[in-house]
Amino acid sequence: MSDTQLQTISKEHAEYLRKVKIRKTMIHITQVLLVVVLFILWEIAGRLKIIDSFITSQPSRIARTLANLYREGQLFRHIFITCAETVTGFILGTLAGTIIAIILWWSDFLARVLEPHLVILNSLPKIALGPIFIVWIGAGPLSIIVMAIAVSVIVTILEVWNGFISVDPDKIKLVKTFGAKKWQILTKVVLPSAFPTIISALKINVGLSWVGVIVGEFLVSKAGLGYLIVYGGQVFQLDLVMTSVIILAVAAALMYQGVVYLEKLIMRSSFHK
Amino acid sequence: MKYQSLNGEITALENINLHVKKGEFISIVGPSGCGKSTLLSLIAGLILPTSGKILLNGKMVTGTSNEVGYMLQRDHLFDWRNILGNALLGLEIRNSLNEESKQYVVELLKTYGLYEFKDKYPNQLSGGMRQRVALIRTLATKPDILLLDEAFSALDYQTRLAVSEDIYSIIKKEKKTAILVTHDIAESISMADRVVVLSRRPGTIKNIYEIKLSCENRTPLSCRDAPEFRYYFNKIWKELDVHV
Ligand SMILES: Nc1ncnc2c1ncn2[C@@H]1O[C@H](COP(=O)(O)OP(=O)(O)O)[C@@H](O)[C@H]1O
Ligand SMILES: [Mg+2]
Repeated sequence: MSDTQLQTISKEHAEYLRKVKIRKTMIHITQVLLVVVLFILWEIAGRLKIIDSFITSQPSRIARTLANLYREGQLFRHIFITCAETVTGFILGTLAGTIIAIILWWSDFLARVLEPHLVILNSLPKIALGPIFIVWIGAGPLSIIVMAIAVSVIVTILEVWNGFISVDPDKIKLVKTFGAKKWQILTKVVLPSAFPTIISALKINVGLSWVGVIVGEFLVSKAGLGYLIVYGGQVFQLDLVMTSVIILAVAAALMYQGVVYLEKLIMRSSFHK
Repeated sequence: MKYQSLNGEITALENINLHVKKGEFISIVGPSGCGKSTLLSLIAGLILPTSGKILLNGKMVTGTSNEVGYMLQRDHLFDWRNILGNALLGLEIRNSLNEESKQYVVELLKTYGLYEFKDKYPNQLSGGMRQRVALIRTLATKPDILLLDEAFSALDYQTRLAVSEDIYSIIKKEKKTAILVTHDIAESISMADRVVVLSRRPGTIKNIYEIKLSCENRTPLSCRDAPEFRYYFNKIWKELDVHV
């Protein structure tokens, strides 16, 4: 019965669907328009000297800076360095956090011992550790990656561990009735149940990794988008700063979308639909 | 059986002496918190008694064994496994998944009308079907004794009647011994050969009723019409001594 209902859509329902679709398209158009209008106003204000484009920059100057960077062969080098650092930091931070969370789940004693320390570390602004990393590891990409890991790893541990310990005890009881060993409880119940938690930690970590990498590049100041921003600020070249910020925004958005896509992909392969 | 906690000691069960015959269906009723689940956990070997002992086929229970199958209140099918995957869970954990045991599960799924759903996921099945899958998951490891802890109480009333009818016939067909914990007096009488009434905590056996109903081809539903049914119901109701 429900099948026939699905096949023959009534006129009212078709009308309803059409309205929903129109609304959705309108929202999309307005979203794009908002950015476009903002850029146009920015450009006009710059040309009419309402704002001082030496300190605010303006879209046409940004476009020119972008073209220059590209011609000098610098554009993709800096983008690549920053993205590579972020991806590495993000993957290592998530992996390390998840592994440590598994260890904490395994040993409740250890978890209880470390819990207050983790909570304190979590509230510590990890960026304060930057200079220490540079002294210990040296002013290079490694320090920057460690910075990115430092920013994301503690949150990951706490989030994922919480996901682990909030797994329905009856589900664990069920596998115990089959005589499950601890590692079986982990692989058959705890990890799959906490999977959504791990994914949401992943989403948070993308943003945190960017923060870690950019701050790291500020401090190390050798290459990457963070370096361009700091350098541009120091030589008072706001065009360069604005250009880098915009590239950064686009790159971060793309990476976030990548994680969302990955989530969908994994969800679809492990759950139907 | 005593539980230890910082707030003190809880004696959950005391002086329990119960023999269950092979192939028998036992129901256990008692006020909530009297130790019914504890009793099943003890039989399953999930916890060990602080005093006394439990014998299974003459052997003392020292941990979980594949002679016992446990069904919990909710089906706890795993969303991330399909129906076949869920049914094979116990075999996987016991490391006894092979062609033969898999074939056995497939046969069970076929016999109980779930084979065509084997690639579906739990959220695509009705509550009654899910409970049937849970039973097959339990049967897959070929236990002699089935423990059912309020196994139907998460279902709505109609489904519950149908499912208990269903599960009862499967248990009888597979010739399993069963111990059912329930707080539904009618359910306990309708399914059991004997009903054990437990007292308030610390749980002790208050009484055991041998259920003799005059009805042919007994099923949980049909025997509710038996003239003796009400008699047992009233007896057990009084015995439970419920105050609101
Ligand atoms: N792990 C435990 N630790 C301490 N007390 C427990 C534990 N499990 C159960 N209890 C207590 O033992 C009593 C019996 O519990 P249970 O067997 O679950 O009762 P029932 O299933 O009859 O409702 C309850 O009072 C409960 O609070
Ligand atoms: Mg209980």
